[in-house]
Amino acid sequence: MADLANLELTAEERARFVKDLNSILEYIGRLNELKTDDVPPMTQVLSSYGAGSEAAGDKFAYSQRDDTLRPCLPHEEALKNAPDSDGSFFKVPKVIEK
Amino acid sequence: MNIEVLTVESTRTAIREKQFTAGRLVEDFYNKIKAEDPAIHAYLTLCEDRAMQRARRIDDLAGKGDPLPPLAGVPVAIKDVMVTKGLRSTAGSKILENFVPPYDCTAVGRLETAGAIVLGKTNCDEFAMGSSNENSAYGAVRNPRDHSRVPGGSSGGSAAAVAAGTAIAALGSDTGGSIRQPAAFCGVVGLMPTYGRVSRYGLIAFASSLDHIGPLTKTVKDAAIVLRYIAGRDPRDSTSADVPVPDYEQEIEKPVKGLRLGVPKEYFGEGLDAEVRAAVETAIQQLAEDGCEIVPVSLPHTPYAIPTYYVIATAEASSNLARYDGVRYGYRSPRAKTLSEMYRKSRDEGFGAEVKRRIMLGTYALSSGYYDAYYLKAQKVRTLLARDFEQAFSQVDAIVTPTTPTAAFKLGEKADDPLAMYLADIYTVVADLVGIPGISVPCGQTKSGLPIGLQILGKHFDEGTILRLGHAVEHGRALAS
Repeated sequence: MADLANLELTAEERARFVKDLNSILEYIGRLNELKTDDVPPMTQVLSSYGAGSEAAGDKFAYSQRDDTLRPCLPHEEALKNAPDSDGSFFKVPKVIEK
Repeated sequence: MNIEVLTVESTRTAIREKQFTAGRLVEDFYNKIKAEDPAIHAYLTLCEDRAMQRARRIDDLAGKGDPLPPLAGVPVAIKDVMVTKGLRSTAGSKILENFVPPYDCTAVGRLETAGAIVLGKTNCDEFAMGSSNENSAYGAVRNPRDHSRVPGGSSGGSAAAVAAGTAIAALGSDTGGSIRQPAAFCGVVGLMPTYGRVSRYGLIAFASSLDHIGPLTKTVKDAAIVLRYIAGRDPRDSTSADVPVPDYEQEIEKPVKGLRLGVPKEYFGEGLDAEVRAAVETAIQQLAEDGCEIVPVSLPHTPYAIPTYYVIATAEASSNLARYDGVRYGYRSPRAKTLSEMYRKSRDEGFGAEVKRRIMLGTYALSSGYYDAYYLKAQKVRTLLARDFEQAFSQVDAIVTPTTPTAAFKLGEKADDPLAMYLADIYTVVADLVGIPGISVPCGQTKSGLPIGLQILGKHFDEGTILRLGHAVEHGRALAS
Protein backbone atom coordinates (compact mmCIF):
# COMPACT_ATOMS: atom_id res chain seq x y z
CA MET A 1 0.00 0.00 0.00
CA ALA A 2 2.88 2.35 0.82
CA ASP A 3 4.29 1.66 -2.65
CA LEU A 4 0.97 2.53 -4.29
CA ALA A 5 0.85 5.75 -2.31
CA ASN A 6 4.47 6.59 -3.14
CA LEU A 7 5.46 6.65 0.52
CA GLU A 8 8.63 5.17 1.92
CA LEU A 9 7.86 4.72 5.66
CA THR A 10 10.34 3.58 8.27
CA ALA A 11 10.05 0.13 9.84
CA GLU A 12 8.69 1.75 12.96
CA GLU A 13 6.04 3.67 10.98
CA ARG A 14 5.07 0.51 9.13
CA ALA A 15 4.46 -1.38 12.36
CA ARG A 16 2.50 1.51 13.82
CA PHE A 17 0.37 1.98 10.70
CA VAL A 18 -0.46 -1.72 10.41
CA LYS A 19 -1.84 -1.58 13.94
CA ASP A 20 -3.70 1.72 13.41
CA LEU A 21 -5.11 0.81 10.02
CA ASN A 22 -6.30 -2.58 11.19
CA SER A 23 -8.26 -1.05 14.03
CA ILE A 24 -9.68 1.67 11.76
CA LEU A 25 -10.64 -0.88 9.10
CA GLU A 26 -12.33 -3.03 11.71
CA TYR A 27 -14.35 0.00 12.73
CA ILE A 28 -15.19 0.80 9.10
CA GLY A 29 -16.32 -2.83 8.68
CA ARG A 30 -19.37 -1.77 10.66
CA LEU A 31 -20.79 -0.47 7.36
CA ASN A 32 -21.40 -4.08 6.34
CA GLU A 33 -24.22 -4.28 8.89
CA LEU A 34 -26.26 -2.24 6.41
CA LYS A 35 -27.96 -3.72 3.37
CA THR A 36 -27.29 -1.41 0.46
CA ASP A 37 -28.01 -3.57 -2.60
CA ASP A 38 -30.80 -1.26 -3.77
CA VAL A 39 -29.20 2.01 -2.68
CA PRO A 40 -27.58 4.18 -5.35
CA PRO A 41 -24.14 5.56 -4.43
CA MET A 42 -24.02 9.30 -3.87
CA THR A 43 -21.93 10.87 -6.58
CA GLN A 44 -22.77 14.55 -6.22
CA VAL A 45 -23.92 15.86 -2.90
CA LEU A 46 -26.36 18.43 -4.21
CA SER A 47 -27.83 16.90 -7.35
CA SER A 48 -28.59 13.59 -5.71
CA TYR A 49 -30.13 15.03 -2.61
CA GLY A 50 -33.74 16.09 -2.73
CA ALA A 51 -34.04 15.54 -6.47
CA GLY A 52 -37.56 16.38 -7.55
CA SER A 53 -38.22 18.34 -4.40
CA GLU A 54 -39.14 21.96 -4.50
CA ALA A 55 -35.69 23.09 -3.42
CA ALA A 56 -33.85 21.06 -6.03
CA GLY A 57 -33.61 21.87 -9.68
CA ASP A 58 -31.20 23.13 -12.24
CA LYS A 59 -29.47 25.32 -9.72
CA PHE A 60 -28.03 22.23 -8.07
CA ALA A 61 -26.49 20.87 -11.22
CA TYR A 62 -22.78 21.44 -11.43
CA SER A 63 -22.07 24.07 -13.97
CA GLN A 64 -19.96 23.96 -17.08
CA ARG A 65 -18.14 26.81 -18.70
CA ASP A 66 -17.62 27.71 -22.31
CA ASP A 67 -14.71 25.99 -23.95
CA THR A 68 -12.77 29.13 -24.76
CA LEU A 69 -9.17 30.22 -24.32
CA ARG A 70 -8.47 32.33 -21.26
CA PRO A 71 -5.25 33.83 -19.96
CA CYS A 72 -3.33 31.46 -17.71
CA LEU A 73 -0.47 31.80 -15.24
CA PRO A 74 2.59 33.40 -16.85
CA HIS A 75 5.49 31.01 -17.37
CA GLU A 76 7.77 32.79 -14.94
CA GLU A 77 5.13 32.80 -12.19
CA ALA A 78 4.43 29.12 -12.68
CA LEU A 79 8.09 28.28 -12.19
CA LYS A 80 8.59 30.48 -9.12
CA ASN A 81 7.83 27.74 -6.58
CA ALA A 82 9.72 25.03 -8.43
CA PRO A 83 12.32 23.20 -6.32
CA ASP A 84 14.52 23.10 -9.44
CA SER A 85 14.14 24.67 -12.86
CA ASP A 86 16.29 25.85 -15.75
CA GLY A 87 14.15 28.91 -16.38
CA SER A 88 12.02 27.21 -19.02
CA PHE A 89 11.20 23.81 -17.55
CA PHE A 90 10.86 22.02 -14.22
CA LYS A 91 13.96 19.93 -13.63
CA VAL A 92 13.80 16.44 -12.12
CA PRO A 93 16.32 13.64 -11.60
CA LYS A 94 16.92 11.21 -14.42
CA VAL A 95 13.66 9.48 -15.35
CA ILE A 96 15.05 6.35 -16.98
CA GLU A 97 16.67 4.41 -14.20
CA LYS A 98 19.46 1.86 -14.30
CA MET B 1 -9.13 51.52 22.81
CA ASN B 2 -10.05 48.00 23.97
CA ILE B 3 -9.81 46.01 20.77
CA GLU B 4 -10.90 42.80 22.48
CA VAL B 5 -14.56 43.79 22.47
CA LEU B 6 -14.69 44.80 18.81
CA THR B 7 -16.95 42.91 16.43
CA VAL B 8 -17.25 43.12 12.65
CA GLU B 9 -20.42 45.06 13.16
CA SER B 10 -18.99 47.61 15.61
CA THR B 11 -15.67 48.00 13.79
CA ARG B 12 -17.12 48.89 10.42
CA THR B 13 -19.29 51.50 12.13
CA ALA B 14 -16.39 52.90 14.15
CA ILE B 15 -14.21 53.24 11.04
CA ARG B 16 -17.04 54.85 9.14
CA GLU B 17 -17.69 57.30 11.97
CA LYS B 18 -13.94 57.96 12.28
CA GLN B 19 -13.75 56.90 15.93
CA PHE B 20 -10.35 55.48 14.97
CA THR B 21 -8.41 54.87 11.78
CA ALA B 22 -7.86 51.51 10.12
CA GLY B 23 -4.10 52.10 10.39
CA ARG B 24 -4.25 52.60 14.15
CA LEU B 25 -6.50 49.56 14.55
CA VAL B 26 -4.20 47.29 12.56
CA GLU B 27 -1.20 48.52 14.57
CA ASP B 28 -3.03 47.75 17.82
CA PHE B 29 -3.86 44.27 16.59
CA TYR B 30 -0.25 43.51 15.71
CA ASN B 31 0.86 44.75 19.12
CA LYS B 32 -1.64 42.44 20.78
CA ILE B 33 -0.64 39.51 18.54
CA LYS B 34 3.04 40.00 19.33
CA ALA B 35 2.37 40.23 23.06
CA GLU B 36 -0.13 37.42 23.40
CA ASP B 37 0.09 35.03 20.49
CA PRO B 38 3.37 33.34 21.47
CA ALA B 39 1.45 31.62 24.31
CA ILE B 40 -1.39 30.52 21.99
CA HIS B 41 0.36 30.03 18.63
CA ALA B 42 -2.74 30.80 16.57
CA TYR B 43 -0.74 32.51 13.81
CA LEU B 44 1.80 30.93 11.48
CA THR B 45 2.54 33.92 9.25
CA LEU B 46 1.86 37.64 9.68
CA CYS B 47 1.61 40.09 6.80
CA GLU B 48 2.14 43.52 8.34
CA ASP B 49 3.14 45.32 5.15
CA ARG B 50 0.18 44.03 3.20
CA ALA B 51 -2.18 44.88 6.09
CA MET B 52 -0.77 48.39 6.69
CA GLN B 53 -0.94 49.17 2.99
CA ARG B 54 -4.60 48.20 2.85
CA ALA B 55 -5.35 50.08 6.05
CA ARG B 56 -3.81 53.26 4.62
CA ARG B 57 -5.89 52.90 1.48
CA ILE B 58 -9.06 52.72 3.62
CA ASP B 59 -7.93 55.73 5.64
CA ASP B 60 -7.21 57.70 2.46
CA LEU B 61 -10.71 56.96 1.19
CA ALA B 62 -12.20 57.96 4.55
CA GLY B 63 -10.09 61.12 4.62
CA LYS B 64 -11.38 62.19 1.23
CA GLY B 65 -14.94 61.43 2.28
CA ASP B 66 -15.25 58.77 -0.42
CA PRO B 67 -17.68 55.88 0.09
CA LEU B 68 -16.11 52.99 2.01
CA PRO B 69 -16.49 49.31 1.16
CA PRO B 70 -18.87 47.42 3.51
CA LEU B 71 -16.22 45.76 5.71
CA ALA B 72 -13.73 48.64 5.54
CA GLY B 73 -10.94 48.20 8.06
CA VAL B 74 -12.12 44.97 9.70
CA PRO B 75 -9.01 42.92 10.68
CA VAL B 76 -9.40 39.21 9.89
CA ALA B 77 -7.30 36.05 10.03
CA ILE B 78 -7.21 33.34 7.37
CA LYS B 79 -6.68 29.63 7.95
CA ASP B 80 -3.47 28.63 6.25
CA VAL B 81 -5.24 26.18 3.92
CA MET B 82 -6.44 29.11 1.82
CA VAL B 83 -3.89 30.42 -0.65
CA THR B 84 -2.94 34.08 -0.58
CA LYS B 85 -1.06 35.76 -3.41
CA GLY B 86 2.51 36.53 -2.43
CA LEU B 87 1.92 35.35 1.14
CA ARG B 88 3.26 32.00 2.29
CA SER B 89 0.55 29.33 2.55
CA THR B 90 1.59 26.10 4.28
CA ALA B 91 -1.63 24.15 5.04
CA GLY B 92 0.15 23.36 8.32
CA SER B 93 2.49 21.06 6.40
CA LYS B 94 6.24 20.94 6.06
CA ILE B 95 5.75 19.98 2.41
CA LEU B 96 4.50 23.54 1.69
CA GLU B 97 6.87 25.32 4.09
CA ASN B 98 8.13 27.72 1.43
CA PHE B 99 5.12 27.82 -0.86
CA VAL B 100 4.24 31.36 -1.97
CA PRO B 101 1.06 31.11 -4.06
CA PRO B 102 0.69 33.11 -7.28
CA TYR B 103 -3.05 33.74 -6.76
CA ASP B 104 -5.70 34.45 -4.10
CA CYS B 105 -8.39 32.12 -2.82
CA THR B 106 -11.79 33.49 -3.95
CA ALA B 107 -13.18 33.77 -0.41
CA VAL B 108 -10.13 35.75 0.75
CA GLY B 109 -10.22 37.96 -2.33
CA ARG B 110 -13.90 38.69 -1.75
CA LEU B 111 -13.29 39.64 1.88
CA GLU B 112 -10.51 41.99 0.84
CA THR B 113 -12.62 43.49 -1.90
CA ALA B 114 -15.24 44.14 0.78
CA GLY B 115 -12.58 46.10 2.68
CA ALA B 116 -11.47 43.56 5.29
CA ILE B 117 -7.79 43.54 6.23
CA VAL B 118 -5.93 40.23 6.43
CA LEU B 119 -3.63 40.20 9.49
CA GLY B 120 -2.07 36.81 8.83
CA LYS B 121 -2.47 33.10 8.29
CA THR B 122 -3.59 30.83 11.08
CA ASN B 123 -2.27 27.53 12.35
CA CYS B 124 -4.18 24.32 11.59
CA ASP B 125 -3.85 20.58 11.48
CA GLU B 126 -1.75 19.51 8.51
CA PHE B 127 -3.95 19.65 5.39
CA ALA B 128 -6.90 20.19 7.77
CA MET B 129 -6.62 16.60 8.99
CA GLY B 130 -7.26 16.54 12.71
CA SER B 131 -9.56 17.50 15.54
CA SER B 132 -7.08 19.01 18.00
CA ASN B 133 -4.60 21.07 15.97
CA GLU B 134 -1.84 18.80 17.29
CA ASN B 135 -1.14 17.61 13.73
CA SER B 136 0.32 20.94 12.62
CA ALA B 137 3.92 20.63 11.44
CA TYR B 138 4.54 23.96 13.17
CA GLY B 139 3.39 22.99 16.64
CA ALA B 140 0.04 22.85 18.39
CA VAL B 141 -2.29 25.75 19.15
CA ARG B 142 -3.41 26.21 22.75
CA ASN B 143 -6.97 26.89 23.79
CA PRO B 144 -7.14 30.54 24.95
CA ARG B 145 -9.60 29.54 27.69
CA ASP B 146 -7.22 26.94 29.16
CA HIS B 147 -3.69 26.61 27.81
CA SER B 148 -3.43 22.95 28.82
CA ARG B 149 -6.27 22.10 26.43
CA VAL B 150 -6.63 21.83 22.66
CA PRO B 151 -8.49 24.50 20.72
CA GLY B 152 -10.08 21.82 18.55
CA GLY B 153 -9.28 21.33 14.92
CA SER B 154 -8.59 21.59 12.26
CA SER B 155 -9.34 25.35 12.18
CA GLY B 156 -7.86 25.64 15.69
CA GLY B 157 -5.76 28.72 14.94
CA SER B 158 -8.70 30.61 13.46
CA ALA B 159 -10.95 29.74 16.43
CA ALA B 160 -8.23 30.58 18.96
CA ALA B 161 -7.42 33.93 17.30
CA VAL B 162 -11.07 35.02 17.47
CA ALA B 163 -11.44 33.71 21.05
CA ALA B 164 -8.23 35.44 22.16
CA GLY B 165 -9.25 38.68 20.43
CA THR B 166 -6.20 38.70 18.16
CA ALA B 167 -8.56 38.82 15.15
CA ILE B 168 -12.10 40.12 14.91
CA ALA B 169 -13.17 37.34 12.59
CA ALA B 170 -11.49 34.50 10.75
CA LEU B 171 -12.05 32.14 7.87
CA GLY B 172 -11.80 28.41 8.48
CA SER B 173 -12.55 25.27 6.52
CA ASP B 174 -14.79 22.37 7.48
CA THR B 175 -14.49 18.86 6.04
CA GLY B 176 -15.75 16.82 9.00
CA GLY B 177 -16.38 19.49 11.63
CA SER B 178 -13.26 21.61 11.38
CA ILE B 179 -15.06 24.95 11.76
CA ARG B 180 -17.82 23.99 14.22
CA GLN B 181 -15.80 21.78 16.57
CA PRO B 182 -13.03 24.33 17.32
CA ALA B 183 -15.68 27.06 17.55
CA ALA B 184 -17.39 25.01 20.28
CA PHE B 185 -14.09 24.32 22.10
CA CYS B 186 -13.00 27.98 22.04
CA GLY B 187 -16.39 29.54 22.76
CA VAL B 188 -16.92 31.34 19.45
CA VAL B 189 -19.41 31.11 16.59
CA GLY B 190 -18.49 28.85 13.67
CA LEU B 191 -20.55 28.52 10.50
CA MET B 192 -20.21 25.87 7.83
CA PRO B 193 -22.32 26.96 4.85
CA THR B 194 -24.05 24.61 2.40
CA TYR B 195 -21.74 22.76 0.00
CA GLY B 196 -21.44 25.08 -2.99
CA ARG B 197 -22.48 28.22 -1.10
CA VAL B 198 -18.89 29.51 -0.89
CA SER B 199 -16.38 28.91 -3.67
CA ARG B 200 -13.58 26.47 -2.89
CA TYR B 201 -11.24 28.03 -5.45
CA GLY B 202 -7.90 28.49 -3.73
CA LEU B 203 -8.71 26.19 -0.82
CA ILE B 204 -5.91 23.64 -0.63
CA ALA B 205 -7.88 20.45 -1.24
CA PHE B 206 -8.34 17.78 1.41
CA ALA B 207 -11.57 16.00 0.35
CA SER B 208 -13.21 17.86 -2.49
CA SER B 209 -16.79 16.63 -2.01
CA LEU B 210 -16.64 17.54 1.70
CA ASP B 211 -14.56 20.74 1.89
CA HIS B 212 -16.32 23.99 2.87
CA ILE B 213 -15.08 27.49 3.71
CA GLY B 214 -16.87 29.48 6.39
CA PRO B 215 -16.48 32.16 9.06
CA LEU B 216 -15.50 32.00 12.74
CA THR B 217 -16.70 35.05 14.62
CA LYS B 218 -17.57 36.41 18.05
CA THR B 219 -21.27 36.85 17.27
CA VAL B 220 -23.87 35.24 15.03
CA LYS B 221 -24.51 38.57 13.37
CA ASP B 222 -20.84 38.78 12.42
CA ALA B 223 -21.05 35.31 10.87
CA ALA B 224 -24.08 36.50 8.88
CA ILE B 225 -22.20 39.59 7.70
CA VAL B 226 -19.06 37.69 6.66
CA LEU B 227 -21.04 34.96 4.90
CA ARG B 228 -22.84 37.51 2.79
CA TYR B 229 -19.56 38.78 1.36
CA ILE B 230 -17.86 35.44 0.70
CA ALA B 231 -20.89 33.54 -0.67
CA GLY B 232 -22.06 33.17 -4.23
CA ARG B 233 -21.27 31.69 -7.58
CA ASP B 234 -17.65 31.71 -8.72
CA PRO B 235 -16.87 30.66 -12.29
CA ARG B 236 -13.56 29.28 -11.03
CA ASP B 237 -15.29 26.60 -8.92
CA SER B 238 -17.70 24.49 -10.97
CA THR B 239 -19.30 23.18 -7.76
CA SER B 240 -20.14 26.66 -6.48
CA ALA B 241 -23.89 27.09 -6.71
CA ASP B 242 -25.76 29.65 -8.74
CA VAL B 243 -28.22 30.38 -5.94
CA PRO B 244 -28.96 33.99 -4.92
CA VAL B 245 -27.25 35.18 -1.71
CA PRO B 246 -29.81 36.67 0.70
CA ASP B 247 -29.09 39.54 3.06
CA TYR B 248 -28.35 37.37 6.08
CA GLU B 249 -28.21 40.39 8.37
CA GLN B 250 -31.89 40.96 7.72
CA GLU B 251 -32.69 37.25 7.91
CA ILE B 252 -31.47 36.96 11.50
CA GLU B 253 -33.75 39.72 12.71
CA LYS B 254 -36.86 37.71 11.85
CA PRO B 255 -38.59 36.09 14.87
CA VAL B 256 -38.01 32.39 15.51
CA LYS B 257 -41.58 31.88 16.74
CA GLY B 258 -43.30 29.03 14.96
CA LEU B 259 -40.13 27.38 13.63
CA ARG B 260 -40.11 23.61 14.03
CA LEU B 261 -36.95 22.28 15.65
CA GLY B 262 -35.93 18.65 15.38
CA VAL B 263 -34.10 17.00 18.27
CA PRO B 264 -32.53 13.72 17.08
CA LYS B 265 -32.36 11.13 19.83
CA GLU B 266 -29.22 9.59 18.32
CA TYR B 267 -27.25 12.72 19.25
CA PHE B 268 -28.09 12.49 22.95
CA GLY B 269 -27.02 8.93 23.69
CA GLU B 270 -23.99 7.24 25.13
CA GLY B 271 -20.77 9.24 25.17
CA LEU B 272 -22.42 12.63 25.62
CA ASP B 273 -20.97 14.46 28.61
CA ALA B 274 -23.58 15.36 31.24
CA GLU B 275 -22.60 19.02 31.45
CA VAL B 276 -22.71 19.39 27.66
CA ARG B 277 -26.12 17.72 27.58
CA ALA B 278 -27.48 20.03 30.28
CA ALA B 279 -26.28 23.19 28.51
CA VAL B 280 -27.68 22.05 25.15
CA GLU B 281 -31.02 21.10 26.70
CA THR B 282 -31.24 24.50 28.39
CA ALA B 283 -30.66 26.19 25.02
CA ILE B 284 -33.36 24.06 23.39
CA GLN B 285 -35.72 24.88 26.26
CA GLN B 286 -35.04 28.55 25.74
CA LEU B 287 -35.84 28.27 22.01
CA ALA B 288 -39.10 26.56 22.99
CA GLU B 289 -39.88 29.52 25.24
CA ASP B 290 -39.20 31.79 22.27
CA GLY B 291 -42.00 30.00 20.47
CA CYS B 292 -40.23 27.23 18.57
CA GLU B 293 -41.96 23.89 18.39
CA ILE B 294 -39.72 21.04 19.55
CA VAL B 295 -40.15 17.85 17.54
CA PRO B 296 -38.38 14.56 18.36
CA VAL B 297 -36.83 13.18 15.16
CA SER B 298 -34.70 10.18 14.28
CA LEU B 299 -31.59 9.99 12.13
CA PRO B 300 -31.19 6.21 12.30
CA HIS B 301 -27.97 5.90 10.30
CA THR B 302 -26.01 8.23 12.59
CA PRO B 303 -23.75 5.45 14.00
CA TYR B 304 -22.46 4.87 10.45
CA ALA B 305 -21.43 8.45 9.78
CA ILE B 306 -17.86 8.27 11.10
CA PRO B 307 -16.92 5.05 9.25
CA THR B 308 -18.48 6.45 6.05
CA TYR B 309 -16.58 9.68 6.49
CA TYR B 310 -13.22 8.00 7.02
CA VAL B 311 -13.58 6.02 3.81
CA ILE B 312 -14.69 8.91 1.61
CA ALA B 313 -12.50 11.63 3.11
CA THR B 314 -9.34 9.51 3.00
CA ALA B 315 -10.07 8.24 -0.52
CA GLU B 316 -10.43 11.79 -1.78
CA ALA B 317 -7.39 12.90 0.21
CA SER B 318 -5.20 10.17 -1.25
CA SER B 319 -6.08 11.44 -4.73
CA ASN B 320 -5.76 15.13 -3.88
CA LEU B 321 -2.43 14.71 -2.12
CA ALA B 322 -0.92 12.78 -5.02
CA ARG B 323 0.00 16.20 -6.44
CA TYR B 324 2.74 16.68 -3.85
CA ASP B 325 5.51 15.02 -5.76
CA GLY B 326 8.37 17.50 -5.38
CA VAL B 327 8.26 18.56 -9.05
CA ARG B 328 6.38 21.84 -9.51
CA TYR B 329 6.18 23.28 -6.01
CA GLY B 330 6.60 22.21 -2.42
CA TYR B 331 9.32 20.29 -0.70
CA ARG B 332 11.80 18.15 -2.62
CA SER B 333 14.08 15.79 -0.72
CA PRO B 334 17.75 16.60 -1.33
CA ARG B 335 18.58 12.94 -0.69
CA ALA B 336 16.95 11.47 -3.82
CA LYS B 337 18.98 10.31 -6.80
CA THR B 338 16.26 8.97 -9.09
CA LEU B 339 12.80 10.24 -9.97
CA SER B 340 10.91 7.55 -8.06
CA GLU B 341 13.15 8.10 -5.05
CA MET B 342 12.41 11.80 -5.32
CA TYR B 343 8.65 11.18 -5.13
CA ARG B 344 8.94 8.82 -2.20
CA LYS B 345 11.47 10.69 -0.12
CA SER B 346 9.88 14.09 -0.72
CA ARG B 347 6.47 12.80 0.37
CA ASP B 348 7.91 10.79 3.21
CA GLU B 349 9.91 13.68 4.65
CA GLY B 350 7.28 16.31 3.81
CA PHE B 351 4.11 14.71 5.22
CA GLY B 352 3.37 14.13 8.91
CA ALA B 353 2.13 10.88 10.45
CA GLU B 354 -1.63 11.54 10.33
CA VAL B 355 -1.49 12.64 6.69
CA LYS B 356 0.41 9.47 5.77
CA ARG B 357 -2.02 7.35 7.75
CA ARG B 358 -4.95 8.85 5.84
CA ILE B 359 -3.24 8.58 2.46
CA MET B 360 -2.62 4.89 3.18
CA LEU B 361 -6.22 4.29 4.25
CA GLY B 362 -7.58 6.14 1.22
CA THR B 363 -5.27 4.34 -1.17
CA TYR B 364 -6.47 1.07 0.30
CA ALA B 365 -10.15 2.04 0.00
CA LEU B 366 -9.69 2.89 -3.68
CA SER B 367 -7.40 0.03 -4.62
CA SER B 368 -8.46 -2.60 -7.07
CA GLY B 369 -10.35 -5.39 -5.34
CA TYR B 370 -11.31 -3.23 -2.34
CA TYR B 371 -13.10 -0.39 -4.13
CA ASP B 372 -16.57 -2.00 -3.96
CA ALA B 373 -16.18 -3.11 -0.35
CA TYR B 374 -15.09 0.28 0.93
CA TYR B 375 -15.50 3.30 -1.33
CA LEU B 376 -18.66 2.23 -3.17
CA LYS B 377 -20.19 0.92 0.06
CA ALA B 378 -19.49 4.22 1.81
CA GLN B 379 -21.02 6.24 -1.04
CA LYS B 380 -24.17 4.11 -0.73
CA VAL B 381 -24.34 4.67 3.02
CA ARG B 382 -23.86 8.35 2.30
CA THR B 383 -27.12 8.21 0.33
CA LEU B 384 -28.81 6.61 3.36
CA LEU B 385 -27.49 9.40 5.59
CA ALA B 386 -28.88 11.98 3.16
CA ARG B 387 -32.25 10.23 3.21
CA ASP B 388 -32.27 10.42 7.03
CA PHE B 389 -32.05 14.19 6.77
CA GLU B 390 -34.50 14.41 3.87
CA GLN B 391 -37.01 12.57 6.04
CA ALA B 392 -36.29 14.73 9.11
CA PHE B 393 -36.44 18.01 7.17
CA SER B 394 -39.87 17.06 5.84
CA GLN B 395 -41.04 17.54 9.44
CA VAL B 396 -38.82 20.32 10.77
CA ASP B 397 -37.10 23.57 9.75
CA ALA B 398 -33.83 22.91 11.56
CA ILE B 399 -32.18 20.30 13.77
CA VAL B 400 -30.46 21.05 17.09
CA THR B 401 -27.74 18.93 18.67
CA PRO B 402 -24.60 19.31 20.75
CA THR B 403 -21.62 20.31 18.55
CA THR B 404 -19.26 17.95 20.37
CA PRO B 405 -19.72 15.12 22.90
CA THR B 406 -17.39 16.80 25.42
CA ALA B 407 -15.78 20.16 26.02
CA ALA B 408 -12.13 20.74 24.97
CA PHE B 409 -9.85 17.87 25.91
CA LYS B 410 -6.24 18.06 27.15
CA LEU B 411 -3.29 18.37 24.80
CA GLY B 412 -1.90 14.90 24.19
CA GLU B 413 -4.99 13.16 25.56
CA LYS B 414 -6.02 11.53 22.29
CA ALA B 415 -2.84 12.00 20.30
CA ASP B 416 -1.90 8.29 20.35
CA ASP B 417 -5.29 6.92 19.45
CA PRO B 418 -6.46 7.95 15.96
CA LEU B 419 -9.87 6.31 16.39
CA ALA B 420 -10.61 8.16 19.65
CA MET B 421 -9.61 11.39 17.91
CA TYR B 422 -11.92 10.65 14.96
CA LEU B 423 -14.84 10.22 17.36
CA ALA B 424 -14.46 13.87 18.49
CA ASP B 425 -16.26 14.70 15.22
CA ILE B 426 -19.16 12.34 15.78
CA TYR B 427 -21.87 15.04 15.76
CA THR B 428 -20.39 17.17 13.00
CA VAL B 429 -19.36 14.84 10.14
CA VAL B 430 -22.84 14.07 8.82
CA ALA B 431 -23.53 17.64 7.73
CA ASP B 432 -20.38 17.53 5.58
CA LEU B 433 -21.41 14.19 4.08
CA VAL B 434 -24.87 15.45 3.07
CA GLY B 435 -23.84 19.00 2.21
CA ILE B 436 -26.18 20.84 4.59
CA PRO B 437 -25.20 23.98 6.53
CA GLY B 438 -24.42 23.90 10.25
CA ILE B 439 -23.51 26.45 12.88
CA SER B 440 -22.03 26.12 16.35
CA VAL B 441 -23.10 28.76 18.84
CA PRO B 442 -21.82 29.05 22.44
CA CYS B 443 -24.56 27.84 24.80
CA GLY B 444 -22.87 27.66 28.17
CA GLN B 445 -19.82 26.38 29.94
CA THR B 446 -18.71 23.55 32.16
CA LYS B 447 -18.11 24.05 35.89
CA SER B 448 -14.42 24.38 35.12
CA GLY B 449 -15.17 27.20 32.68
CA LEU B 450 -14.82 25.42 29.34
CA PRO B 451 -17.14 26.57 26.54
CA ILE B 452 -19.95 24.36 25.22
CA GLY B 453 -21.40 24.62 21.71
CA LEU B 454 -24.93 24.14 20.39
CA GLN B 455 -25.06 22.89 16.80
CA ILE B 456 -27.92 23.93 14.53
CA LEU B 457 -28.26 22.14 11.18
CA GLY B 458 -30.38 23.47 8.34
CA LYS B 459 -31.71 22.61 4.92
CA HIS B 460 -29.59 23.13 1.83
CA PHE B 461 -29.06 26.86 1.23
CA ASP B 462 -31.08 27.75 4.31
CA GLU B 463 -28.28 29.42 6.26
CA GLY B 464 -30.79 32.18 7.02
CA THR B 465 -32.80 29.98 9.36
CA ILE B 466 -29.87 28.53 11.33
CA LEU B 467 -28.33 31.98 11.70
CA ARG B 468 -31.67 33.29 12.90
CA LEU B 469 -31.92 30.51 15.50
CA GLY B 470 -28.31 31.04 16.56
CA HIS B 471 -28.98 34.72 16.97
CA ALA B 472 -31.96 33.92 19.21
CA VAL B 473 -29.85 31.60 21.40
CA GLU B 474 -27.21 34.31 21.76
CA HIS B 475 -29.84 36.91 22.56
CA GLY B 476 -31.48 34.66 25.16
CA ARG B 477 -28.16 34.05 26.89
CA ALA B 478 -27.37 37.75 26.96
CA LEU B 479 -30.72 38.44 28.63
CA ALA B 480 -30.20 35.65 31.16
CA SER B 481 -26.76 36.79 32.27
